[in-house]
Amino acid sequence: MSVPDRTTSPFEPSADLPPPPMMRGTWGWMRENLFSSLPSAFLTVGCLFLLAWFLPGLIRYLFIDAIWSAADGEPCRAPGAGACWAYVNAKLTFFTYGAYPRDQLWRVNTVMASGGILAVWLLWPAAKGKGLAALLFFAVFPIVAFGLLTGRTPFPSLLLPSPGSNIEWWAFRAAIGVAAVALPLLALQRFWLGGVLLFLVAWFMAAAHWRLLGLTRIDTDLWGGIFVSLLVASVGIVFSLPCGILLALGRRSRLPIIRFLSIVLIEIVRGVPLITVLFMANTMLPLFVPDAWSPDRLLRPLIGVALFSSVYMAEVVRGGLEAVPRGQYEAAMAVGLNWRRMMMLVALPQALTAVIPGIVNSFIALFKDTTLVAIVGIFDFLRAVDTQRLDPAWAGPSISATGYIFAAAFYFVFCFAMSRYSQMMERRHAAGRKR
Amino acid sequence: MATATNFRPRQVTNANAIEMIGVHKWFDKFHVLKDINLTVRAGEKIVICGPSGSGKSTLIRCINRLEAHQRGRIIVDGTELVEDLKRIDAVRRDVGMVFQQFNLFPHLTVLENCTLAPVWVNRLPKAEADAIAMHYLTRVRIPEQAGKYPLQLSGGQQQRVAIARALCMSPKIMLFDEPTSALDPEMVKEVLDTMMQLAKDGMTMICVTHEMNFAREVADKIVFMDRGEIVEANTPERFFSNPVQERTRLFLAQVLR
Ligand SMILES: Nc1ncnc2c1ncn2[C@@H]1O[C@H](COP(=O)(O)OP(=O)(O)OP(=O)(O)O)[C@@H](O)[C@H]1O
Ligand SMILES: [Mg+2]
Repeated sequence: MSVPDRTTSPFEPSADLPPPPMMRGTWGWMRENLFSSLPSAFLTVGCLFLLAWFLPGLIRYLFIDAIWSAADGEPCRAPGAGACWAYVNAKLTFFTYGAYPRDQLWRVNTVMASGGILAVWLLWPAAKGKGLAALLFFAVFPIVAFGLLTGRTPFPSLLLPSPGSNIEWWAFRAAIGVAAVALPLLALQRFWLGGVLLFLVAWFMAAAHWRLLGLTRIDTDLWGGIFVSLLVASVGIVFSLPCGILLALGRRSRLPIIRFLSIVLIEIVRGVPLITVLFMANTMLPLFVPDAWSPDRLLRPLIGVALFSSVYMAEVVRGGLEAVPRGQYEAAMAVGLNWRRMMMLVALPQALTAVIPGIVNSFIALFKDTTLVAIVGIFDFLRAVDTQRLDPAWAGPSISATGYIFAAAFYFVFCFAMSRYSQMMERRHAAGRKR
Repeated sequence: MATATNFRPRQVTNANAIEMIGVHKWFDKFHVLKDINLTVRAGEKIVICGPSGSGKSTLIRCINRLEAHQRGRIIVDGTELVEDLKRIDAVRRDVGMVFQQFNLFPHLTVLENCTLAPVWVNRLPKAEADAIAMHYLTRVRIPEQAGKYPLQLSGGQQQRVAIARALCMSPKIMLFDEPTSALDPEMVKEVLDTMMQLAKDGMTMICVTHEMNFAREVADKIVFMDRGEIVEANTPERFFSNPVQERTRLFLAQVLR
């Protein structure tokens, strides 16, 4: 195609040409990335050498020489034996559930499966009905999970008469009463109020029928393993983000008292190790409340972990808020948004997407820090692995090592998944908004 | 989508849209506004000009309380601006503002930028807010960009979205703070055209700008500021042909050259 002579003909935009073809094959790529210069070539060769030295042994240990099935630790103690996967297999139930009664494991499985499904539903970008998912995950799921796992009624009888009177019958009548108010409200399109009342109806009905499930009580002393680790991590994650946001807003508040309290809380909790926070939660929380209300021994570290991760989250979120340009706040005020809406609709959405890497970083740190709850006697996954290597039937250096490899793989899989997920979210947000 | 049938722009109800009486403001010890007296009648178009740092932005930002004045009175369509969130919110609903740097919300689409305040502040149903937003996006001649994000638009388009966003609250008064000075020359005209259209429709406007042709054509009154004071306020004819103050003459020699 020739360029027209601009000196004689009038200006006409010329047609678009296709981009030049990519000139790189595998070889081109290698030359560009691996052997572009002498030092780079040395590094490449050196790394290959290290891999060649290291990798075969690792593969042999993990797979080829590994013992896949055995009745006890005997074959794994043989010289030259590799990883003892038979041990992981034999102990898997214990690693997953701790000492939770074996005939009640369906309760844990139900909770973990439904929690997992709801979490995927919430996090899957293309999924529909996020509002319903959020309602189920944040309102219904915790209640059901608590009831199923503990076997205690998750419907505190705040509005109900004390035990001894016929709670079921009372709750049933209350439900009918509330429904009588809720349904006309719904008909009048007062959806919000009607929804709250319907929730109460469901609450009373569930309270009335809960005993019919006939669940036995299972104290938290028996809980353990992966299930407890995931529980601590999810509670920490679910609470740290909203609490962190509130603390960050508090720290930037114009009201001096709120700002002061937020700063004090953030700086104190951030200034001590998590272990100290856990000890304090364990010993001090019971001092502040009457005996009957004394928090459960599992609840105390849960509060400690949630508090600890919240203050870290607060600082991450504050960084994001600082990064929102002043003009954004001014534009929000100029169109008439009040402070709360300005924060919710303009500042926080931008601040939070800006700090997705920091948020996920906190989540990953939190996930690994859950192993510390073992210090205050919680039987988490790592502790479960750690105790079982003392089982005489399964004693042996390679067997212990396999347990720890398994634990490492478990933590790695979850943390890596979080990291990849955050990278995907960053890309999605960047793609929509940037030029 | 619903049509914006029952929707009507609002008008200033008092004879004076804005009254500033003896307004003073300080940034720490720095006296930015000195005894500002300015009355803007309903439907009037005021252009404010003056050298950099003379307090033009600060003056118009006092009108919707992005800055608080410390002495004197500011009355916007009958509501006096005092330290009272209810009144400030009321004034901000009546006064639209367009910034030099556009300040569109980058996480929202063009349409969402325009419907955010109508939905959350005026409590309009979503469909109606959408209809109004499309109405104004059509008026600033970019309805086809409604689904895009602000950063995907050119500067001139962004500024027109910013104007549409302000108009969606059906303000009685519009404030413009150098709306064209962050734009490439080619885009200045499209924004000025939009503003002229708005002026023709009878909007009460205060506009900080150095576009003297715009001022000549649109302004009822030109206010010249220097060092926090109003040096001279005059009709365009008098202002350009026969300014009273020597300082004004000097400034005009600079900008008109
Ligand atoms: N938040 C602030 N704190 C302290 N000083 C400020 C602040 N905002 C503005 N000033 C000062 O007040 C003076 C007036 O500022 P203003 O922005 O009103 O000027 P302007 O006339 O709009 O100038 P320009 O044409 O450059 O926009 C300037 O000297 C500026 O440095
Ligand atoms: Mg300015």
